[in-house]
Amino acid sequence: MRIVILLYMIALFILHQDFWLKDDASLLFGFLPSSLAYHMVFTVLAAFGWFMVVKFAWPKFAEEQGEASEEAAKQ
Amino acid sequence: MTQTYIVIGYLCLLLALGYVSSRFFRGSSNDYFVASRSIGPVVLFMSIFGTTMTAFALIGSTGEAYRVGIGTYGKIASWSALIHTACFFLIGLPLWSLGKRNGFHTQIEFFRARFESSKFGYILFPILIGLLIPYLLIGLMGAGSAMQGVTRGAFPELFPETNGAVPAWLTSLVIAGVVLYYIFAGGVRSAAWANTFQTIVFMIMGFLAFYMISSKLGGLEAASAMADAEKAVRAGNIGELQFFSYFLIPLSVGMFPHLFQNCLTAKSSKTFRLTFVAHPLAIMLTWIPCILIGLWATGAVMPDGVTRIIPEGTNPNSVLGIMVGKLTSPVIGGLVTAGILAAIMSSLDSQFVAVGTMFTKDIVVHSFGADRFSEKQMLWIARGFVTTIVVVTYLFTLVEPRQVFSLGIWCFSGFAGLFPLVFAAVYWKRATKAGAYAAVLAGGITWFLLFQASGYGANRSFLIGGAMPVVFIFLACAAGMIIVSLMTKPPSETTMAKFFPNKS
Repeated sequence: MRIVILLYMIALFILHQDFWLKDDASLLFGFLPSSLAYHMVFTVLAAFGWFMVVKFAWPKFAEEQGEASEEAAKQ
Repeated sequence: MTQTYIVIGYLCLLLALGYVSSRFFRGSSNDYFVASRSIGPVVLFMSIFGTTMTAFALIGSTGEAYRVGIGTYGKIASWSALIHTACFFLIGLPLWSLGKRNGFHTQIEFFRARFESSKFGYILFPILIGLLIPYLLIGLMGAGSAMQGVTRGAFPELFPETNGAVPAWLTSLVIAGVVLYYIFAGGVRSAAWANTFQTIVFMIMGFLAFYMISSKLGGLEAASAMADAEKAVRAGNIGELQFFSYFLIPLSVGMFPHLFQNCLTAKSSKTFRLTFVAHPLAIMLTWIPCILIGLWATGAVMPDGVTRIIPEGTNPNSVLGIMVGKLTSPVIGGLVTAGILAAIMSSLDSQFVAVGTMFTKDIVVHSFGADRFSEKQMLWIARGFVTTIVVVTYLFTLVEPRQVFSLGIWCFSGFAGLFPLVFAAVYWKRATKAGAYAAVLAGGITWFLLFQASGYGANRSFLIGGAMPVVFIFLACAAGMIIVSLMTKPPSETTMAKFFPNKS
């Protein structure tokens, strides 16, 4: 799963360069410039990527220390 | 006039919040500097997000969208959605873990231990403070510009020299005073509480401003139809290489001393999870209204259909303030201005605390020993140094004519250029003390030479071969670290075991 997430993040990094929209002046929903709309979707996809990291690729050291911290807080 | 009274009321509310949080202050320096590492997920998220969103995000983004169009969102905000969180994950989380295990309060304590060099802190300290001053400057200048834009004509007899607007120098002075009060009252906990409150305020007020302005312009479609069509595209405004090389700018959060300190306040590693997911979305919710307001400002006219709302030659810093002032009611204008000031203060507070912490821990305690001063004396030393830096920054605001966005970019370029230092410290066992010195000197010198070549930020379109200067600062720092580290003796086994426990 970690590899899938890494590839997803690399794909996002590459897809940031929206050269195919750079001179597209059309307005989505009549008010939103197309490149701006694209980057809004990009932002949501970035948040989804980080959600996947939290869910499936949380680092082991942080997990161990997180549990230790919670136990210490309870005592 | 109404706007001014609303802003004064809001500032009084913050003073009260500072007073309440001081009741929870435990009196120890550990509580003052890292809130006894007790901050939960919601406050941590609000605190980190509020800290990264400053005058740059509201006033700077609106002004830059007015100047170069909607590409402003892609070059900063959507890159930040990806890269900021990468920094929190790759740098913030490991540093929190190392900080908790080793009792670090500041970045410099970490670097000193990692690179086995006491003197390294004395080199890094002035560089970090030197880069933080322009960041503080952005906040104080932004507050002054916003208030001046909104209150135009309100006090013609009191302030004739600014056409009746509350002058920028006065707003900057008051804002600095209020923030100093509440951080002196409760340290980083006060800053975290105030950030949470202020982040909610500026997000709600941003939407309110967006709604009111679009309604006044005849709705979303009519507002966008008025805009200059050339600013609705990236072509002709931002080059391809420039747009791409902006990805290095958000790496600056990996080196911000105040964010390092914010990360250390987290109760546990799980506390970060909300921040990872919510931060990109919150960036979008904050930036999109500002970018659209900046775009609309390029062609918006008053209801008479002729008079431009933003006259030719207007300073981009003032665009948001003027749009709010001219297109909303005085009450809404006051609330939105309070929201803008909230965004600014939510960054200033963390920066003030970080400046004081660094001076106390990295210079005073390190030089004279932990037992030389009592807890109370240390707090007063921190407060004294913060006040000095704020006074110096304030004096700069009186003479500094630069644009918020371009000054911000130079400041972020400096921090981002030093990113290889922190990345190598966390992930590269072979990174050595000499490599760290070389990285800081190469990055620092390159930054200064390029900043000078740009006329100290006066040339807003300063690029090298179409790329942002940060590329060269970053490469110089990385090259210094890699080449010199490989030529010098690796760190000791003790240091390896301390910083890479699972790998040595």
